[in-house]
Amino acid sequence: MKDLKAGLILTGDILDFTKDVFTRLFSKPFYWGRLFDQIIQLGLGSLSISIVIGFITGLVMTLQFGYGLAKFGGTLYVPAIVSVSLLRELAPIFTSLLIAGRVGSGISAEIGAMNVTGQIDAIRALGTSPVRVLVIPRVLATVLTLPLLATLASFTGIIGGMLISYIEFGMPAGFYANKVLSTIVFADIFGSIFKCAFFGLVISILACYRGFHTKEGTRGVGNATTWVVVRSSIIILISDFFLSKIILVGFYQ
Amino acid sequence: MKILELKNIHKSFGEKKIHQGVNFYLEQGETIALLGHSGTGKSVLLRSIIGLEQIDQGEVIFRQQRIDQLDEESYYPLRTKISYSFQNAALFDSLSVFENIAYPLFEHTKLNETQINQKVEDVLKIVNMSQAKFLMPSDLSGGMQKRVGLARSMILNPEILLYDEPTAGLDPVNTDMVIDIMNEFKARGFSGIFVTHDIPAAKRVCDRFLLLRDGKIYFNGTLEEFNHSNDPFVLTFGSTHRSRHDVP
Repeated sequence: MKDLKAGLILTGDILDFTKDVFTRLFSKPFYWGRLFDQIIQLGLGSLSISIVIGFITGLVMTLQFGYGLAKFGGTLYVPAIVSVSLLRELAPIFTSLLIAGRVGSGISAEIGAMNVTGQIDAIRALGTSPVRVLVIPRVLATVLTLPLLATLASFTGIIGGMLISYIEFGMPAGFYANKVLSTIVFADIFGSIFKCAFFGLVISILACYRGFHTKEGTRGVGNATTWVVVRSSIIILISDFFLSKIILVGFYQ
Repeated sequence: MKILELKNIHKSFGEKKIHQGVNFYLEQGETIALLGHSGTGKSVLLRSIIGLEQIDQGEVIFRQQRIDQLDEESYYPLRTKISYSFQNAALFDSLSVFENIAYPLFEHTKLNETQINQKVEDVLKIVNMSQAKFLMPSDLSGGMQKRVGLARSMILNPEILLYDEPTAGLDPVNTDMVIDIMNEFKARGFSGIFVTHDIPAAKRVCDRFLLLRDGKIYFNGTLEEFNHSNDPFVLTFGSTHRSRHDVP
């Protein structure tokens, strides 16, 4: 009962914090320079690992489905299965979990360390808003870059699938590409972008919130990063089910 | 003329009552020392003045305007007029000394980069840190960090500067430098509140001495009155916090 009450209070606090962020998002001053800095730091910094994850997933999936379906003469379906799986689920989920680990922990550690060393108070004391200076650029940068990274991961996964299909199953690249393009619909891409934007919001809000509430010095910073990675990963996985259902009902039926 | 006044300030953290009716004022151009044992709420009082802590009851009046009921956003312009110098300097550790000091100028003025550069160099000269312009805070000693913190606090020429133990933990040379900076600021006609345990340092800067005890201002008087007080608590406090550098 006590845990439930604490959980409800925490949820309320996080929603309040989110409201604060959105309230300040649409009023001046807006820090464009900091936003671009964060896009470069978060986006470009995660580029190579996103490409690797997408590419390897595409390779492995094609290999598994290719040999699995070959028993039933279904190798021709590999491009469709791999591309749709990657776009709808695997790339958004894998990239988001990766960003939760890499970016979420980074944000909470940075803001948490600033908090315990009085730098957040210094921002306030110098007449500026920590939410505008620190939170909004990070939230926007994560919301904007995560869908792009996931789309890139999907693309590289499809390329990886194309490569393995040719090497292992002798499937011509043109045939593979044609199958992929005839399978993918707008809703697949939109769904992926929508889900990733939501996951980006969850990761960045949780990371910033926890950073702002970090206590107990360096140990608190460590606890904050763990908290953010675990909580945001759980929320991503649970919310993925509901978002997938909404997208399926809204766009495919 | 009173520039700042605190009336009947009450503040608690949970069950612990920190302030139970603090009253004092600050005149234009004067610097006062806010003394008291550790944990009596001196820093909390300073933070309350600029809204970094919310008071439970009472009034904070700046230039005849009540400011304790402002919301966070409304405090921002006020904090350019009442500046706060942190005990640990609280420099932004990912920014250089120049960027730290220039931060308020970029945020609150429309000066171009050349003008900002000039202003930062001017204030760096005052705090005797010109050579450290491009160093990172991690490259500085504690005393140097405090001086940079002071420079950052005074770059916008605030009307009041709140000093939170600026000499704590410093050697005599660095303490002298900080005192000189505070006196330089005072000579320009600005006001200040100096929270400290360092009575000798306070005597070199402050016009009036306030002693916080049991959540209230126990003593409020000039240096002369402080030195010649017969009150046992003032006498004990003065003698226990007097250092070897004290000049009677």
